[in-house]
Amino acid sequence: MTEIPTPRTASSPERVNFFATATAQRMLAFASLIIMLIMFSVLSPNFMQTNNMIAILQAASINGVLAIAVTLIIITGGIDLSVGTMMTFCAVICAIVLTNLGMPLWTGVVAAILTGAVAGFISGTFVARMMIPPFIATLGMMMILRGLSLISTGARPIYFNNTPGFDQIARGSLVGKVFPALPLPNGVLILFAVALAVSFILNRTVLGRYTYALGSNEEAMRLSGVNTAAWKTAIYTLAGGIVGIAGLLIASRLNSAQPALGMGYELEAIAAVVIGGTSLSGGRGTILGSLIGALIIAVLANGLRVLSVAQEWQIVAMGLIIIAAVYADQLRRQKTG
Amino acid sequence: MLNRRSLMASAVALAVASSAGIASAQETTIPLISKGFQHQFWQAVRTGAEQAGEEFGVRIDFVGPDNESQVDRQIDMLAAALANNPPAIGFAALDSQAAIPLLRQAQDAGIHVVAFDSGVDSDIPVTTATTNNVAAAALAADKMAELLGGTGKVAVVAHDQVSATGVDRRDGFVNRLAEAHPDIEVVTIQYGGGDHLQSTEITKAILTANPDLGGMFGTNEGSAIGIVNGVRESGTDGLIVIGYDSGAAQQDAIRDGLMAGAITQNPVGIGYETVRAALAAMNGEELDEIIDTGFFWYDASNIDEEHIQAVLYD
Repeated sequence: MTEIPTPRTASSPERVNFFATATAQRMLAFASLIIMLIMFSVLSPNFMQTNNMIAILQAASINGVLAIAVTLIIITGGIDLSVGTMMTFCAVICAIVLTNLGMPLWTGVVAAILTGAVAGFISGTFVARMMIPPFIATLGMMMILRGLSLISTGARPIYFNNTPGFDQIARGSLVGKVFPALPLPNGVLILFAVALAVSFILNRTVLGRYTYALGSNEEAMRLSGVNTAAWKTAIYTLAGGIVGIAGLLIASRLNSAQPALGMGYELEAIAAVVIGGTSLSGGRGTILGSLIGALIIAVLANGLRVLSVAQEWQIVAMGLIIIAAVYADQLRRQKTG
Repeated sequence: MLNRRSLMASAVALAVASSAGIASAQETTIPLISKGFQHQFWQAVRTGAEQAGEEFGVRIDFVGPDNESQVDRQIDMLAAALANNPPAIGFAALDSQAAIPLLRQAQDAGIHVVAFDSGVDSDIPVTTATTNNVAAAALAADKMAELLGGTGKVAVVAHDQVSATGVDRRDGFVNRLAEAHPDIEVVTIQYGGGDHLQSTEITKAILTANPDLGGMFGTNEGSAIGIVNGVRESGTDGLIVIGYDSGAAQQDAIRDGLMAGAITQNPVGIGYETVRAALAAMNGEELDEIIDTGFFWYDASNIDEEHIQAVLYD
């Protein structure tokens, strides 16, 4: 990172409306996404099929929601390594509430989101109040939550067989009921809803403004009398709640809470955020960018599989895309200063 | 802009180009969606599948998630495989419930599903290529009886009392002893969850309670290693230890003489039979519900033989 982070203000071009003109990096990412879609379509007639497009969106939905949560943290200049296992822990608590305690469906939804918010609040407290570097604090949380998931389930999956309709949260299709030709799963709708809501928070609220400010110049913010620790904790709590939604999605999609799952998912979410043009040094980034980043990862993974590329090469390709995306972003910023 | 856009594009092009050459041939491709990818066991399954692919002139596309916890990644892989509308697929379910909607979709599209390694709780798969754990554990019982001279006391450290593999291996061993070797008494069966440490503690407790014990059987890699560790830590001599599965530590124990021998599954056979069953299903042949892919007894005398080394995995 050669450039000096410049403080952004409310009029910063990064903080534009969700649907307004995208910045260069997002256009770049979006253009790459379109190019990939066209290339895969040309190379395989089976790629551009309704079912396969839905499979891609579904694959992107959980990583997308995680990426949105991580985007918030990264904009503040932090990092979150715990989102994968936090997602699992939220799913596990949801399963305990619904299956083991036999409570009604809505309590499971609340439990998942609340669990995430509490976990996020704890991470935020470690970072903002106890001054533990985010990398270390969330690394610790990653392990703690993974352990707790295994302990509270006896390391066995819990199924939602006693809660009819639970699998419909992610697997069902409201769109498909209206347009039978397009059975878009609800999980994808939830991803878009979360993206819109968080974009609104980032662009239109004090919390959003402070999120960017924390990443740009936390010291200046503190000196001007803002309680930075409280706001930072609030952002981690919000991110935790979003991870709770991801936990709900994965539990519903698998119709079970899988306690061993989750390690490595944080890195894929961070990759989506970075591909989408959010700077790891903080202060800038968008939800739309991360959404496109998650879609690029899902399209690449699916497309290479449809083309039957050997799995070893799929991993290499994913690495190349991440490097290329960040390098392109560097080039752009060096030119525009 | 053009510059950077073409940079991204060329990265994609590179990735795609490396594949296009392989994928362009118009031969039948059978995807195998495994439970794992990096683990030696799954690579051995892949070897077997590719052997069959070469023999019968089909291409094998072998994929699997990074580890056996990534249930959702496996579902994404299954979805991508179905997009190509292959004539048949092989599938080793990490969690059969989660995969049922997609498997039903496959069935509706006329795609033959061959389950391998572990079954799928439904009637969708045309067959399941797997190890006959009951018969394999019975072989372990016969070997135990032979090594004990037909009489003595034995204990079992099992990995699980719920899962099919845990139950089958335990019952296969115990029932065979009761039927064919009535002078051998099973004094206790304990469960260590396949965990090395837990199985070690269990073993030491069993050895303390039964000083006259003649032999022990561990039903999977973790249980077997636990027994070896327990025997080593407690300084017990002359105990006949029989293990299950493979793994570097178990192979070392056999070479060192701490373990008399072990049963290994045949992952190469699992891969081979899966592909053969897929082709048979495509040709409309009737298949048995279960295809036994075989197993082997290995000990210090044959561990370095080629046919044994081929099926051992770390």
